[in-house]
Amino acid sequence: MESLDLPLIWAGLICFSVFAYVVLDGFDLGVGILSPVLAPGQERDQAINSIAPFWDGNETWLVMGGGGLLAVFPLAYSIILPATYPLMIAMLLGLVFRGAAFEFRWRDPAHQPLWDLVITVGSTVAALAQGITIGAILQGIEVENNAYAGGWLDWLSPFSVLTGIAVVIGYALLGATWLIRKTEGGCQRHAHRLAYGLGIATVGALVAVSLATPFLSNEYWRRWFEMPQVLLTAQVPLLVIICTGVFFWSLKKGHELLPFLMALALFLLGFIGLCISIFPNMIPPSITLWEAAAPRDSQLFLLVGAVFIIPVILGYTGWAYWVFRGKVGTEGYH
Amino acid sequence: MFEHLDAVFLARVQFAFTVSFHFIFPAFSIGLASYLMVLEGLWLKTGRGVYANLYRYWLKIFAVGFGMGVVSGIVLSYQFGTNWSEFSHKAGPVIGPLMGYEVITAFFLEAGFLGVMLFGINKVGKRLHFFATCMVALGTFVSAFWILSVNSWMQTPAGFEINDQGQFIVGDSWWDVIFTASFPYRLVHTVTAAYLTTAFAVGGVGAWHLLRDRSNAGARKMFSMAMWMAVIVTPVQILAGDMHGLNTLEHQPVKVLAMEGDFDPSPDGAPLILFGFPDEEAAKVHYKVAIPKLGSLILKHDPNAPLPGLTDFPREEWPPVAVVFWSFRVMVAIGFAMLALGIWSLIARRRKRLYVSRSLHRAAVCMGPAGFVAVIAGWITTEVGRQPYTVYGLMRTVDSASPLDAPAVAASLIAFIVVYSAIFGMGIFYLLRLMAHPPSRGESGPDKVPTYAAGITPASSLAPATSDHEGGTHGKS
Repeated sequence: MESLDLPLIWAGLICFSVFAYVVLDGFDLGVGILSPVLAPGQERDQAINSIAPFWDGNETWLVMGGGGLLAVFPLAYSIILPATYPLMIAMLLGLVFRGAAFEFRWRDPAHQPLWDLVITVGSTVAALAQGITIGAILQGIEVENNAYAGGWLDWLSPFSVLTGIAVVIGYALLGATWLIRKTEGGCQRHAHRLAYGLGIATVGALVAVSLATPFLSNEYWRRWFEMPQVLLTAQVPLLVIICTGVFFWSLKKGHELLPFLMALALFLLGFIGLCISIFPNMIPPSITLWEAAAPRDSQLFLLVGAVFIIPVILGYTGWAYWVFRGKVGTEGYH
Repeated sequence: MFEHLDAVFLARVQFAFTVSFHFIFPAFSIGLASYLMVLEGLWLKTGRGVYANLYRYWLKIFAVGFGMGVVSGIVLSYQFGTNWSEFSHKAGPVIGPLMGYEVITAFFLEAGFLGVMLFGINKVGKRLHFFATCMVALGTFVSAFWILSVNSWMQTPAGFEINDQGQFIVGDSWWDVIFTASFPYRLVHTVTAAYLTTAFAVGGVGAWHLLRDRSNAGARKMFSMAMWMAVIVTPVQILAGDMHGLNTLEHQPVKVLAMEGDFDPSPDGAPLILFGFPDEEAAKVHYKVAIPKLGSLILKHDPNAPLPGLTDFPREEWPPVAVVFWSFRVMVAIGFAMLALGIWSLIARRRKRLYVSRSLHRAAVCMGPAGFVAVIAGWITTEVGRQPYTVYGLMRTVDSASPLDAPAVAASLIAFIVVYSAIFGMGIFYLLRLMAHPPSRGESGPDKVPTYAAGITPASSLAPATSDHEGGTHGKS
């Protein structure tokens, strides 16, 4: 046990939680973002129904990311959150609005258009804030004496706004491909049309962020373009090209599941690219994940539980998805 | 007052505001999840439709309350970092893993089975659905276990060492961190409070409908169940509260002295101050009404036992006395009012007037929200009583906050107040509207349009459980 690199393991687990969150809440935020372009009535009801049994569980991964960071990387938690203060508040309020509106739109049919608008605005604000936060971390955070030392708007830059928009577009793509999978009839056809445009926009955003990142600092430039690591890092754009190809092909062929999986693959590749850029830092430009780590005892204590419990969680979460498998009707699940 | 409006004070107000709002919903859902478990269990055991109808009735209410609990809870898991980053950095290694365990053992359990509980009865069958209900109920309890463990560690810290970065780290064993001196008392007192809160809310709703139609079977059943809870659990809770108080006297005497309003030491036994106006500046209680020696009798179980006073301790150790003094009295008064209602209901039951006595029903309606008020008052007592520390005796609140400017904290505080008032105001309105509907024989599940004509009777529920056809429980058109 003594030889285990716990901070590295935990960094991997936190990345897993964050990615699980992006995968899961990404599509339901995406459905929220798209809901205004879906026709009110059947089409929109079907879309919202398709995420009703899941969104609670999906957001738990966000709590896991936050709670996990506090437990095993308290320094990172105590620096990143004050540094992105307005973003975090906006994200939380967006999620409050959205989560409540999900319940209210059924309780209060007379005001359904209002609650649908709230779902859209809440989802978009949350997605935008998450994307800007990624950009803010990538561009670096000012730290003195183990505490955040910048102002309360330091996170705002053209780059972070770009990453924010990229995430909104990407989530919308996940939402559209989810709807292709889970709905039928008019809603599915509409989602299918949307997926083309959103696919192009997502790839465009991914390229734009990728091109802008190396200009943030020399370190990112070296990481991506110098020999010999370029042989490894070049695989990422290569895979992006392949996934993009498969995505549009599957869309054209009328596959129902493959577009969703390819959209997820694009997210995964973007996420891997992000990790390549930042590693081994936790907070660029200076704090490594070993420096940010909690004492060994704390990391080990939670790891023991996580190793046993996370597979169980994945098991019953998978079961819940299986229970609600298949197409959603306008009446709920068939 | 304005000289206190610094970033730390604003951050405290913000945390108090968001945590109080949040606490209303778990306090309700801990009890309601267990109530639903009991109802579904009774339905499976007896096959009586009244239990199934009540289950569906309260499930709709649970769905709304639980959703609001989730979204207001996410805010809290990030607020430690946004507003209390120094605390997070220093105490994170000790309390963080406990909160991590809360997420992996409780939140996922609740959220994972909630979808099936709300929408899945026709998809998984009755037994598996009951299992899902049990898992959600278990999740709410496990969640309370961990978060109260964290809270208790902040009140009575133990089992830690301090490393060279000034961080609290675990000492010999995590057991000592999890099971601190105040934890067993706090857990029992708080979880029991949640059960009582739900019982009185259920009783209030039942009484409301009995006042309109005393033959309503669902209303009779829920009122009867709630009144049994009131008469049995309230005395237990008062006893648990007394023991919690003794425990607090041992570990946080200043807090208890503030609750009692004892500024001066009482060498020959402390009085029990019933009412009065504590004046921190002058260190005395104005216009007080007190019963001699009763304070010592309660706290020491000996009327002549000496008790110290707040003036024995330096002023910078005092919590805000008036707040703690009043919130404590509100909580205790409600506790005894609950006991009175419970006894009244028992007498009415023996005289066969439980479903007839309009005055009893009116009183029960008035007491419907009492649990929520008591829970918040108790929370204020213990949390404000912990001041001026976050980690009692070791880390001061002023040293715990984030390096933020007051305008940032003020702006976010205003945003929270506006958004919470709007969203949770609407939420509470919808909850009340659901409760205003009388429970009916053909109660539908958490949906808008009941597509069952016959409602869920044991016979009709068998059909959807064995076939996969469209049913009313999950239809949301």
